[in-house]
Amino acid sequence: MLKDITIGQFFPGDSVLHRQDPRFKLIESIIFIAMLFAAQNFTAIFVATLFAFFAYAVGKIKISLALKGLKPVLPLIIFSGVLNLFFITGGELLWQWQFISIYENGIETAVFMVVRVVALIAGMSLLTYTTSPIMLTDAIENLLAPLKKVKFPVHELAMMMTIALRFIPTLIEETDRIMSAQKARGAQLDTGSLKVRVKALVPVLVPLFVSAFKRASDLALAMECRCYRGGEGRTRLRTLKSAAIDGVCLTVTLVVAAAVIAVGFVPWII
Amino acid sequence: MKIIEATNLSYAYGNYDENGVQTEGSDVLHGIDFAVEKGSFVSILGSNGSGKSTLAKLFNGILVPTNGTVLVDGMDTKDETKLFHIRRKVGMVFQNPDNQIVAAIVEEDVAFAPENLGVPPDEIRVRIDNAMKTAGIYKYRKHAPHQLSGGQKQRVAIAGVIAMEPECIVFDEPTAMLDPKGREEVITTVRRLNREKGITVILITHYMEEAAASDRVAVMANGRIVADGTPSEIFSDVEQMRKLGLDVPQVTALAYQLNQNGWDLAPDILDEQSCAFAIADYIERHSKG
Amino acid sequence: MSAVTTTNLRYIYGAGTPFEAAALDGTDFTAEEGAFIGIVGHTGSGKTTLVQHLNGLLKPTSGTVVLFGKDIWAKGYDIRAARFEAGLVFQFSEYQLFEETCYKDIAFGPKNMGLSDSEVDTRVKEAAAAMEVKDEWLTKSPFDLSGGEKRRVALAGVLAMQPRLLILDEPAAGLDPSGREMVLNRISKYRSDNNVTILLVSHSMEDIARFTDKVLVMSDGKVLLYGDTEDVFAEDGVLAEAGLALPQITRLALLLKRRGINIGAPRTVEEAAKRLLSL
Repeated sequence: MLKDITIGQFFPGDSVLHRQDPRFKLIESIIFIAMLFAAQNFTAIFVATLFAFFAYAVGKIKISLALKGLKPVLPLIIFSGVLNLFFITGGELLWQWQFISIYENGIETAVFMVVRVVALIAGMSLLTYTTSPIMLTDAIENLLAPLKKVKFPVHELAMMMTIALRFIPTLIEETDRIMSAQKARGAQLDTGSLKVRVKALVPVLVPLFVSAFKRASDLALAMECRCYRGGEGRTRLRTLKSAAIDGVCLTVTLVVAAAVIAVGFVPWII
Repeated sequence: MKIIEATNLSYAYGNYDENGVQTEGSDVLHGIDFAVEKGSFVSILGSNGSGKSTLAKLFNGILVPTNGTVLVDGMDTKDETKLFHIRRKVGMVFQNPDNQIVAAIVEEDVAFAPENLGVPPDEIRVRIDNAMKTAGIYKYRKHAPHQLSGGQKQRVAIAGVIAMEPECIVFDEPTAMLDPKGREEVITTVRRLNREKGITVILITHYMEEAAASDRVAVMANGRIVADGTPSEIFSDVEQMRKLGLDVPQVTALAYQLNQNGWDLAPDILDEQSCAFAIADYIERHSKG
Repeated sequence: MSAVTTTNLRYIYGAGTPFEAAALDGTDFTAEEGAFIGIVGHTGSGKTTLVQHLNGLLKPTSGTVVLFGKDIWAKGYDIRAARFEAGLVFQFSEYQLFEETCYKDIAFGPKNMGLSDSEVDTRVKEAAAAMEVKDEWLTKSPFDLSGGEKRRVALAGVLAMQPRLLILDEPAAGLDPSGREMVLNRISKYRSDNNVTILLVSHSMEDIARFTDKVLVMSDGKVLLYGDTEDVFAEDGVLAEAGLALPQITRLALLLKRRGINIGAPRTVEEAAKRLLSL
């Protein structure tokens, strides 16, 4: 059951988005988020959402996948939508029943909010769907590089992300194994009250931590043996190279962003 | 030419009792003299706690001797300015393949050491492709480690060390956690590195069949080297090996047992072919007489 | 009477995904009570999947598991009872240790059975003695012990449940030769003292040869061979096909046979020596 969890799912492919420089993709994603929050009216958010659809088409990723990614956060989206719906006042009073009332502005804000969150998650998912975690790590390290000047541990952060990505599957497998071993000694891990279940986790967590620490110290030793001494003087197998297409994509994104913002200032557009 | 030269080497882990007085750990070395010729294949046998892993860690400066010296290609491991050069000359492969793979993609991991050494990207590509081909894992270069078998993972670790272009590799029980197929894959790779690439191999193992294939076997017990010689010299001393809690090949044990009962087989039989020949010869000689 | 019988056992991994594969494909297998049975096969042959069915850790896709006369997936059967009747020791079992002291860790299984404190105490001490877990270790943390010592504590933790069927997945893997000897000899002695049924999953054909009466050879989720150890070892062609290497001593016997010296398929060095000396 633990094996079903996948973090930052990546679907290998050969689309323009897949081949794009991850740094540009990351910047474009940030611009997209900014776009969503800068959108002042329905037309603006519609344009931004349309842009997300367009990006999915370019990345050759099915929209259904985006919806799948929404599933876990669906309750949260509905909750915030409902909250906005009932508690925002202003505009015309549309419906009232006892103490519950819905105003025009409530509907507007609720719809706005839901579309914004959905588009946000869909956009971020597209980034991980088309970018391998390693490329993403490289991009973050590269983009944050200027922060090294203020002693921000950029390399260490990237190395931590790399190692975490490497060991997540290993630790999930290990957790499964330890759970089976304790069940074989009669441990009850999936039944009983919350208190019983939390207590039942001790036989799983202790061995897991012990093993994780052992792995960490082994790994540190192995890294030292392979001449690791921090980020200084290190080269990389893959150097990030941008191509003309990256410039084109960034330009398109910027143009759309400008349009979204501009639309917000036109008074007669809703 | 010697790649590693240890003289009067002693090592004690810094264990202290509650009064702050240093106590002797169990895993300590006492006055070891040991040298390894360039290009040779040396096995180190010994039961758990005999000090063999500690010795391995002294060979590339992960540990520095309490007493005595270790020279790697003439460089003293105590000299911190040389440490980087020592480590790139003497690579290490450990027991648990999972705990030495750093990156989530095979080729990324193999590139780790050359990246640390500051090798230019184009040359890294060449080095890792060669290393992965030598270790026989080139076709898995885009795989994630958890998709591979134990033997394949251990060969990824080996490729990661080869990419550093070391002159010597120390293998610390590289097959202890593997199934027979994985063991075979790893040992074949180790032998190939020695024979075809001329890399000096120091193989620490429990498995006498792995040691039997080397040029030289050293046996450790209680922090000392108690025997050192060719595999046939070492294994023919069945009594001593058993006393040290070590195995000998089954046919060697058989020859020993038969000789105890008045047969006169050569004591240094290691493989079944020569054993079958010797037994058939003995029976023929005695049935005629 | 049979300790455990599986009938037409099938187990499908990742059903409905592109990775769908049958780990067990119609496995029929019976272990008689009191037998010492070896289970061999290369990695991925289905051995580990099979043994995890015998104590109900895995639920078969189809087929039945009958443990000491009871269908463990029948209505009204508490699956936890299967865990106590069929004790399963995992590979590298020292990773399951978690308690502050070895005593508490060994007591974990018996406590889960709901036994009284005095009964738990008796069982812990018996199991510790059977695995030569020293008295002074019982009050120590298991994490202060060496690898081989931890392994024995972990084994004692399963023995303390006093299962009638004991399943061991590679109990000696990763230990040095004297550690292997110790663990395997203790298991063998435990079996003769307590008359339990033992299933030993192992890659070491030498260990299988030395200790077992019968051998089950698995390949691709199916039973390839099942019979008396010496008979199975005589099938060198089939074993080679399954990717299994005979012990050196058995290989020697086969070479001698070709030279006209017949000593059968001896399982140990002692047996081979005895037969050669009596020629």
